[in-house]
Amino acid sequence: MSRLLTLLFGRLPIGWLQLTHSRGRFFAAVAGVAFANLLVFMQLGIMGALNTSTVAPYAMLDADIILSSEDGNTLTDDGHIPRARMYQALGVAGVMDATPLFIGNLPFTLEDGSSVSLLSFGMDVTKPQFSASSIAPVLSKLSLESTALLDEGTRGMPDSVVEELMSGGRFVFETGGNTLTAIGTMDVGGGFLADGMMIMSDQTFLRVFPSRTSGAPNHILIQTVDGVAVDTVVARLDAALPSGNLRIQSMEASASNDLAYMATERPTGIIFGFGVFMGILVGLVIVYQVLSTDVADHLREYATFKAMGYGQPFFLGIVFEEAIVLAVFGFIPGFFVSMGLYAGLVSVTGLPVEMDASRAILVFLGTLAACSLSGAIATRRLANADPAELF
Amino acid sequence: MNDAVISTRNLDHFFGTGDARKQAIFDINLEIARGSLTILMGPSGSGKTTLLTLIGCLRDVKDGQVHVLGHELNGASEAVLVGLRRRLGFIFQAHNLHESLTATQNVTMGLQVHGHGDAVKQRKAAHHVLDLLGLADRRDYLPASLSGGQKQRVAVARALVSNPEIILADEPTAALDKESGHTVVQMLKSLGKARGTTTVMVTHDPRILEMADRIITLEDGRVISDELQ
Repeated sequence: MSRLLTLLFGRLPIGWLQLTHSRGRFFAAVAGVAFANLLVFMQLGIMGALNTSTVAPYAMLDADIILSSEDGNTLTDDGHIPRARMYQALGVAGVMDATPLFIGNLPFTLEDGSSVSLLSFGMDVTKPQFSASSIAPVLSKLSLESTALLDEGTRGMPDSVVEELMSGGRFVFETGGNTLTAIGTMDVGGGFLADGMMIMSDQTFLRVFPSRTSGAPNHILIQTVDGVAVDTVVARLDAALPSGNLRIQSMEASASNDLAYMATERPTGIIFGFGVFMGILVGLVIVYQVLSTDVADHLREYATFKAMGYGQPFFLGIVFEEAIVLAVFGFIPGFFVSMGLYAGLVSVTGLPVEMDASRAILVFLGTLAACSLSGAIATRRLANADPAELF
Repeated sequence: MNDAVISTRNLDHFFGTGDARKQAIFDINLEIARGSLTILMGPSGSGKTTLLTLIGCLRDVKDGQVHVLGHELNGASEAVLVGLRRRLGFIFQAHNLHESLTATQNVTMGLQVHGHGDAVKQRKAAHHVLDLLGLADRRDYLPASLSGGQKQRVAVARALVSNPEIILADEPTAALDKESGHTVVQMLKSLGKARGTTTVMVTHDPRILEMADRIITLEDGRVISDELQ
């Protein structure tokens, strides 16, 4: 390693040599950087889970435009619009088809007595084109009275039930005084919104939620004619439909508005955002401590080099070399321990805590930048001092 | 060959600021000739090391003038100071070796300051100087496994390896036995003869006084005697 680095730098790899000189110190420094990584990864993972679970329900739907009421903040908030808007929308040029979407929360008591909430979507089963390709083929089966598709990622759902359903079996359960029969599964996963999802026909939905009426769905989904820009159709709908208590957005805009709302206006989002901020801050402090301790430990030796005629670029070179070594050696355990903890969090909470490549790259580059900057700041003391004062 | 490579004019130096300000060097005027071996003597606290570090560009010259190898140090830019430090060889009182580098690597650092160059040649040069100082069998040892005298000799090798024009040595023989102390001073003296290398050495060691060309004695920051041998 040392020979290789000598060739690479054209000088002795002093950073590497002095880092690895004392194994105990090297281990402590790497552990510090790894812990800073871990901290940031965990906070970003939880924040990412909030974002993923906020937009997860959109994955079940296939539409271009969504009409919502202005008093509902997100897809799954309670807010109703008149079904009449659907017929009005169908008269607008560029609109191919439209369907109502009903959403409600159902309590479900598990065998062990604990209760979970199922976010239930009521859809028109005669229009499978509005649901995702994984759901569309089985949607027509839901025309049977009181049947539903159950989310296999539902928190607390016994594995035996999921296996039974996946092998074509049925699962009869009671919710809010109604008996429902699950006849299949889908894979969406629980999140911060609910413990799981469920899809049923609009008819079944209205039976289970007696207070809801067919004239007031939560949303109306619209598919546009191919070749017409979605934004154009949004603008036309805007002009054609009565403006009172109605929001017209493309599905993408709706999803990103939901994300922004959850991240900046809901307490969970703000708390997690704050967690990310604190994680990065504490991570920076740890990394700075590691690098500045290392520079302080070698100040006498650096002072000697300075007395021999080495200039500031040489010391920056050593410190950057150390920054790279620490960033790489700290990132590897930090990354893998985070993956382990993510898996643990997923199994305990059912939240979609996942590592993605862009996050890993971002955290690594951030670590590298933090290490380099800390080292550069720590060597400033050397730049301003007479060598004789540092011995 | 008798031109002065080091000269000082009205040199004062103070430590501390405000009420704690204390003068350590008073009005020193010296000229040191090329190729000579000069010894600085005096009780501890007399300002020998301070004077040596002022000449060695390790301390800012603020009052008076110090001329080294044709450059004025008072008000010199960092670039000039760095350039001069590379032409000097400083042997420190404490050996100041880098703990994570072997003896050879420590000596190589004295060469790499002049640019990267050929690693194999640099190793050879480092080995050569270490061998001259009787460290042939200690080339790849880390400082932690060398004795005090061996470390001191590595520090001497590091200062000599790049053929400096001036060698400034702060008690280089303190940690050495009589024989190796003699070897080191003999080397410095013969470098003076062969290459015109100038040596200024702080020492208390009576064993080497007889080898000096000139002995300057300091007391309380002032020159009290200056004898040519």
